[in-house]
Amino acid sequence: MKNTTLRDAVDHPAPAMLAGVSKSYGSIPALRDVSFSIEPGELVALLGPNGAGKTTAVKLLLGLLSPTSGVARVFGENPRDAANRSRTGAMLQIARVPETLRVREHIDLFSSYYPAPMPYRDVIEAAGLHGVEERKFGDLSGGQRQRLLFALAICGDPDLLILDEPTVGLDIEARRGLWTQIRALLARRKSVLLTTHYLEEADALADRVIVIDRGTIIAEGTTSEIKQQAAGKRIRCRTSLPADVVRALPFVVSVDTDGEALLIGTPASDVVIRELLTRDPNLAGIEITNAGLEEAFLALTGSER
Amino acid sequence: MKKIRVYLLEIKYEFLKVLRTPAYAIPTITFPTIFYIFFGVAFGKQQHGGVTMAKYMLATYGTFGVMGASLFGFAVTVAMERGYGWLEVKRTSPMPIGAYFVAKMSMAVIFSATVVTLLYILGYTMGGVTMPLGPAAAMFGILMAGAVTFSALGLAIGYFAGPTSAAPIVNLVFMPMSFLSGLWIPIFALPKFIQKMALALPAFHLSQLALGSIAASGDGKTAQHVFVLAITTLVFVAAAYFGYRRDEGKMYG
Repeated sequence: MKNTTLRDAVDHPAPAMLAGVSKSYGSIPALRDVSFSIEPGELVALLGPNGAGKTTAVKLLLGLLSPTSGVARVFGENPRDAANRSRTGAMLQIARVPETLRVREHIDLFSSYYPAPMPYRDVIEAAGLHGVEERKFGDLSGGQRQRLLFALAICGDPDLLILDEPTVGLDIEARRGLWTQIRALLARRKSVLLTTHYLEEADALADRVIVIDRGTIIAEGTTSEIKQQAAGKRIRCRTSLPADVVRALPFVVSVDTDGEALLIGTPASDVVIRELLTRDPNLAGIEITNAGLEEAFLALTGSER
Repeated sequence: MKKIRVYLLEIKYEFLKVLRTPAYAIPTITFPTIFYIFFGVAFGKQQHGGVTMAKYMLATYGTFGVMGASLFGFAVTVAMERGYGWLEVKRTSPMPIGAYFVAKMSMAVIFSATVVTLLYILGYTMGGVTMPLGPAAAMFGILMAGAVTFSALGLAIGYFAGPTSAAPIVNLVFMPMSFLSGLWIPIFALPKFIQKMALALPAFHLSQLALGSIAASGDGKTAQHVFVLAITTLVFVAAAYFGYRRDEGKMYG
């Protein structure tokens, strides 16, 4: 976090900010006291499993929802302001776009909404839609559809881009293609908020990762910081200690069973092993491995796979 | 200027979208014209109230055509674009929401005008109907104004129905209302209790205004028809607005 004076914050408000935001649908809480901001030129990944509240955060920043409590701001103002809508582009997870319009026509219409749209050729270039411009939406492949939605998000030449699960359902090749296009935007000093449940995606793109689970932020930092912050090491061992006892030990982040063995996630493997040995002299089959981000993420969110 | 361009483009693409959706365009145009050929032309020589049935049914099938174009044009497209998330994408953009509705309204009127024009041509060529320009233009204008009433009803249905249920719901409204309003079989040939029920239906009052403009009905209760149409239009607009607010509430709540 940079040190900013109040003056700076007022003169150069963050492209996107949630401050102490909670959001409930009826009695079901979707977000609980969430705060984060995105700096100019930064790509932040909001990482979390399905149902973590990522889409809710996105819709709050787009002014499609209003917070139950707390404040959502885009460039220091209400996201619903027309001026802000012109400076923001969004890619949402939607089931269908009118299928009988062509790629070129969709972009032509959407560009007309914005005061200073990107030139058409640039949009096609940036979204990688060469050769399918005359195709109707209904005739596009999954990857091409996502790229059209991406084109609609960027055609207004927005300063802030919000991408909700942009590569969901794409094969790896199409996914990497979209990553290249997202990276190209960063070179143009755009700010990007991207939600994903693909760890690889956050790792490949993001300056900063915010891990969210069950409506709260549970970790924040670069991907390497997240790895350390979470279970940096994974211990595999056989022990007579019950899993509940192990889980209660200091520095233990997660405990899973794998047949007879226990899998223990921890940032401090030495401390945990010493502790285990004092309690169970018969501790056996010890293996220590580095947790990838995948393990870190699972440890953080406690998700079962 | 910029804003006008948005409206024009929105209309243009709404038009292209609908033209390329045969499931909407074809029934909307062919149902009223084929029905008119079956009934209006086939029984066209019969007289009622001083006019031939061919002329009389120009008004009733004209009403039927306008109703279909407006109801389906609004209800089905709004329900789908809302239900599948497309409207939400549009709302993240600075698009003026008015452009969206104006485009659909334009579409309803363009299709209504097409249907009524085709009916006029069929009436003249096959039904031997002739009339002075004045009444012909008056009836045309009345029917186009009627598109507003049914567009409002269609919009209200579009805001409450799901993407797949909108079309069946429209049919459940459209078909019985057409019959009970005397659009298929003339109202005077229907049982008395149906004639009473028809008084509550906007389609009946629109068809009576259309008939009045070509001096084919002469029930002469113009003020009553205009009044009922105005009230039902207001009710439909209010329902549509309620649906719109409810939709926003779900989003902004």
